[in-house]
Amino acid sequence: MRIALSCAFVLATLLMFSSTLAQEIDDVSYDRDIRPLLADRCFSCHGPDAEARQAGLRLDQQSSAHELAVVPGDLDASELWVRINAVDEDVVMPPPSTHKPPLTKRQRKLIQSWIEQGANYEAFWAFEKPTRPSLPNVENREWSRFPIDRLVLNSLEQRGIVPSPEADSRTLVRRVTLDLTGLPPSVDEIKIFLDQEQAMGCDAAWESLVDRLLDSPHYGEHIARFWLDLVRFADTNGMHKDFYRNHFAYRDWVIRSYNDDLPFDQFLTHQLAGDLLEDPTKDQLAATAFHRLHLIIDRGTALPEESFHKNVVDRVTAFGTAFLGMTVHCAQCHDHKYDPISQKEFYSLYAFFNNLDAAPETVARPKNGLQAPFVSLADEYQSKQLAQFNTEIAGWDAKLADVKKRIEQLKQKQQAITEPNEDGTEDQQVTEASKAIQAKQLAELKKQQTEFEAKKRQVVQARDSFNLNIPYAMVMKERAEIRPTHVLLRGQYDAPGDLVQRQTPGFLPPLKSEQEIPSRLDLANWVVSPDNPLTSRVAVNRIWQQLFGVGLVKTSEDFGAQGELPSHPELLNFLAASFVESGWKTKALIKQIVMSKTYRQSSRASDDSYDRDPENRWLARGSRHRLDAEVIRDQVLFNSGLLVPTMYGPSVKPPQPDGLWKAVTMIGERYRADQGDSIYRRSIYTYWKRGMPPPQMTILNAPIRDACVARRERTNTPSQALLLLNEPEYMKAARKLAIKIVQQPVDQRIRFAWESVTCKVPDSIEYGIVETLLDELQQSYEESPKLAELICEGAALEGTQAKSELAAWTVVVNTLFNLDITKNRD
Amino acid sequence: MNFYDQAIQSRRRFLLNTGMGLGAAAFSSLVASPTACASPGAFAKVAPKAKRVIFLFMAGAPSQVDLFDYKPDLNELFRKELPESIRGNQRVTAMTRGRDKLVAPTKFKFKQQGESGLWMSELLPNISKHADKLCLIKSMNTDAINHDPGKTSFCTGSEIPGKPSIGAWLSYGLGSMNKDLPDFIVMPSAYWGGKVNVQALYARLWGSGFLPSKYQGTSFQSTGDPVLFLSNPKGVDGSIRGRMLESLKQLNQKHFNELGDPEIQTTIAQQEMAFRMQTSVPELVDLSQESPETLEMYGPEVNNPGSFARNCLLARRMAEADVRFVQLFHRGWDHHSNLPTHLTAQCKDVDQPTAALIQDLDQRGLLKDTLVVFAGEFGRTVYCQGKLTHDVYGRDHHPRCFTAMMVGGGIKGGAEYGKTDEFSYNVVENPVHVRDFHATMLHLLGIDHEQLTFPYQGLDQKLTGVEEARVIKEIIA
Repeated sequence: MRIALSCAFVLATLLMFSSTLAQEIDDVSYDRDIRPLLADRCFSCHGPDAEARQAGLRLDQQSSAHELAVVPGDLDASELWVRINAVDEDVVMPPPSTHKPPLTKRQRKLIQSWIEQGANYEAFWAFEKPTRPSLPNVENREWSRFPIDRLVLNSLEQRGIVPSPEADSRTLVRRVTLDLTGLPPSVDEIKIFLDQEQAMGCDAAWESLVDRLLDSPHYGEHIARFWLDLVRFADTNGMHKDFYRNHFAYRDWVIRSYNDDLPFDQFLTHQLAGDLLEDPTKDQLAATAFHRLHLIIDRGTALPEESFHKNVVDRVTAFGTAFLGMTVHCAQCHDHKYDPISQKEFYSLYAFFNNLDAAPETVARPKNGLQAPFVSLADEYQSKQLAQFNTEIAGWDAKLADVKKRIEQLKQKQQAITEPNEDGTEDQQVTEASKAIQAKQLAELKKQQTEFEAKKRQVVQARDSFNLNIPYAMVMKERAEIRPTHVLLRGQYDAPGDLVQRQTPGFLPPLKSEQEIPSRLDLANWVVSPDNPLTSRVAVNRIWQQLFGVGLVKTSEDFGAQGELPSHPELLNFLAASFVESGWKTKALIKQIVMSKTYRQSSRASDDSYDRDPENRWLARGSRHRLDAEVIRDQVLFNSGLLVPTMYGPSVKPPQPDGLWKAVTMIGERYRADQGDSIYRRSIYTYWKRGMPPPQMTILNAPIRDACVARRERTNTPSQALLLLNEPEYMKAARKLAIKIVQQPVDQRIRFAWESVTCKVPDSIEYGIVETLLDELQQSYEESPKLAELICEGAALEGTQAKSELAAWTVVVNTLFNLDITKNRD
Repeated sequence: MNFYDQAIQSRRRFLLNTGMGLGAAAFSSLVASPTACASPGAFAKVAPKAKRVIFLFMAGAPSQVDLFDYKPDLNELFRKELPESIRGNQRVTAMTRGRDKLVAPTKFKFKQQGESGLWMSELLPNISKHADKLCLIKSMNTDAINHDPGKTSFCTGSEIPGKPSIGAWLSYGLGSMNKDLPDFIVMPSAYWGGKVNVQALYARLWGSGFLPSKYQGTSFQSTGDPVLFLSNPKGVDGSIRGRMLESLKQLNQKHFNELGDPEIQTTIAQQEMAFRMQTSVPELVDLSQESPETLEMYGPEVNNPGSFARNCLLARRMAEADVRFVQLFHRGWDHHSNLPTHLTAQCKDVDQPTAALIQDLDQRGLLKDTLVVFAGEFGRTVYCQGKLTHDVYGRDHHPRCFTAMMVGGGIKGGAEYGKTDEFSYNVVENPVHVRDFHATMLHLLGIDHEQLTFPYQGLDQKLTGVEEARVIKEIIA
């Protein structure tokens, strides 16, 4: 009964993207039906990897396949067909020793039809430049005028499915506010939207809402987070002693870039090669911190040559995953098994990334967490202030030097006095008197010295703490003499093979360069060239994934042969092409998507609809998925009124359970939570120690940030339930909102509470359940005033009734925070 | 019926059945995301010898030269340069590169133990009593020469971060045996005897990598809640929590009826499970029912939360409760200098509790299907680092060979496997790479390491990676 995963995978794909077997047999598509099968079962021995290749056969290439294994139109003459049907263990393909499951009847049938229909190959979809498709005719022309909708509707109509109706206004305003800013709408914002709908009509109100959200500074704070996952941004080095590193300038740059809608091609170029631009701005330099985000070990135990190699591989991996959506790093030790990237090509890419002018390992406790090369991003005021501090310090230094000199002189004088006269006698009186004076002077000077030193210390301390808030950015800097690059045999740092030159993989459009040795800037230009088939597709797919929970290509980290096919290839092409045409404007792309009817559908679904399409890949309904860890925390803070909207700056430490750092640290680190406002800032500013990231985040599927992650998975676990039920800070937030609630008129409290948390108005059933709960809780707290006291600690309340009321409301809010509809967005 | 149809059928069954336990709930989560389409037990292919594992990880790398790999002839070679023929061109760490490599024989005495006559160091007197149950693999080797990659490699099968840990693979591959407790529990010691060079730990060592994060290890804390956020917040007691959950369930159920998203059912189930854990976890860590004899067996430190001894006793309780994989991390083994002092202190931490754990499991009939593993990330050099006298010496990292210990769970007792040369420097017979070790562990649990795969980034990823791994059948009873 058991079918191997990969098999279930392929089957699921087949079931999804083709309606009936009969249809497929009429029209077999290499891309859709055959390549995934061959890639999964055959390519590892009959694919791109030259070393692993058996019998000289490549099934990923038409010429080789037709020459050796497939005769178009002739089944019996096709070795491929004979082999997959063989019974003999020594003959059958795939061989049992590979542990690859044999082809199913259905799959064999597909291959049969494919061979009979001519065994045509198609160029791999993702490696062809996306072009704007012509829009299909749809039956239901009324539904929408937007191209996105026409393309979605077309595929729905082919399956005989009708789209869902539009979601209700409250659902929509919550959905889009969360999706675009990572925060829910306030009760007031909901009202404004509802009023505008009345006044302007639904579409105009929607557009104005979308525009307002895209203009909000919270937009950048939210969208940046996905990029930070992708490039594994963190506040520590992630290895050995896991030292702090100062990268917040990069994080802030990402937020600012999204808020300023920096065209995405420039966003990529600045990260990849900002340092090579003519007269780069501070921002362009800060962006190159991309090259410094990898894990790095501190000096002393590892071998620098090995560390160097690991850093470069980590950089190339990030480049491949984040920029190209390709698993280029798989070709580190051998040719890629599935995609046409040879080991040599991997090292040709590597050659762009191995020329950082920096030590491969960090020093212990680098000052301010900065490791050369870095640049100061101080603004005018900060530079002036810093100069002033330094002048002041220099002043104290001068004074100190002077005092020291005088002390020295005095000591010499003393020496002179105590030396006997020429006749050997001492002039007792003179000596005594001078000694006394000089001792006094000396004491005076020493006192002065101590005083000056203390004052200097003060200024130094003030400067250093001022300095802490000045952004510095660790950056990329090219080494003057370009390091030669060799293929490293088996990927081992100490086994150099052939020398290679900087070059991009051959299956993609050629790299253009006017220099003898292409630069990183050439590479950046190649990445963002409209001819590059991957960059725009990969980028728009990730945006789609952010807005729908699943990308059009589900494997957003892998657009290669082993990745999944797009559910809507034409839609993906349309979005990619129009993204490039728009000048790579992310806000315009997002606006286009959220304006669509597809996005605005209701997520309510019948069992049948879930059964048919559990992940909503066909887009016949609005998507519903759990909010990310950061959004859940920010929502709790926002709903309760605790959220502090301060932007940017060094990472902050909200409270976490005791002892977590202690249990892992090598250098005696203890987590000390910040005090005051900073603990209520948005989660994107939370300090991220790779060795032990904040549990409020990781419990809810945030990655550790030691590897590039293009999509988070969403699980639903008891630890998550415990977190949301019991986290003391979330409980404090519940109390904060409860205090607001009890200030409302009694008959409006339940509605106010419900709306504040869920953005909806409670219906009578919901109202009834909450009311009963409230009454019973209040009674319990009246009976156990000590418990109520514990919740009300510090609140200015008198009397058992007031306290039990607040306690009961706190638990009610805690209940609302734990509703499935609260932690999900629909 | 293919997997997909089966999944849908299951979902239908599940939707009809609202009072389901975690199994069904977890399965529903799986169906919602086909990347996670393992069903419990899906990978069990071979007859299992063991049902669960307790992995005592000695982070920092204990010295095989002083504990297990007896080389009496080295005494003659005190302070002699390690011969070039032995050293070969092996890489060494940045700490001892370019320095003299002078032989430092162990100062500790070895004795043959039990009927099997295994040679054991005097530093492990209690473990030695169980010699006839132990298997020592003396030919372990790894690629990593530094702690971080070494530990990452031993715990996840790869030096490169981002891969799932062994425990995550096991809970993914084998599913739960206990619906009220996590499948994979991690307990780092809060303190240790050796006070130098205490290497850091990382969440990735028990992380889920690219597997769904429900498979990640749950780290038990020695202070505060054993499981994070287990206790009700201040002012909420069990009955209020229960009352609140009742309404919460009503509301969630109502929303499920309206919205139809089966994930809501999973949320309800997980909230109920969380509530049950509020009872089951405190019971699990409550030692008040343990007999005085048992407590005494683990030694005096058992009374101190966070001690290795206490964690060993907790591990036994977890094994009893059918937690699939328990991993203890004991740090402080990185003895670059003054090894004899520090090693003695470290052994004092672990010797008696480890022996007690073996005995305790055995007495309760659990040792036969519980595999106990005792290993660090690599070994230590026979040559000295730093000051060298007969009594004072240090040792650098040594990936070329080290010793790991396995007990119970279908392992041959009183056995040893693999041989090193006369300097405990190179493996000369039956090498066991870390991935072979992993393959063997999986085999004991009934899993073919080639079959335990998860599709990620275009590959059917495996714990044992792409290189050939071998099950060491010779050590299996």
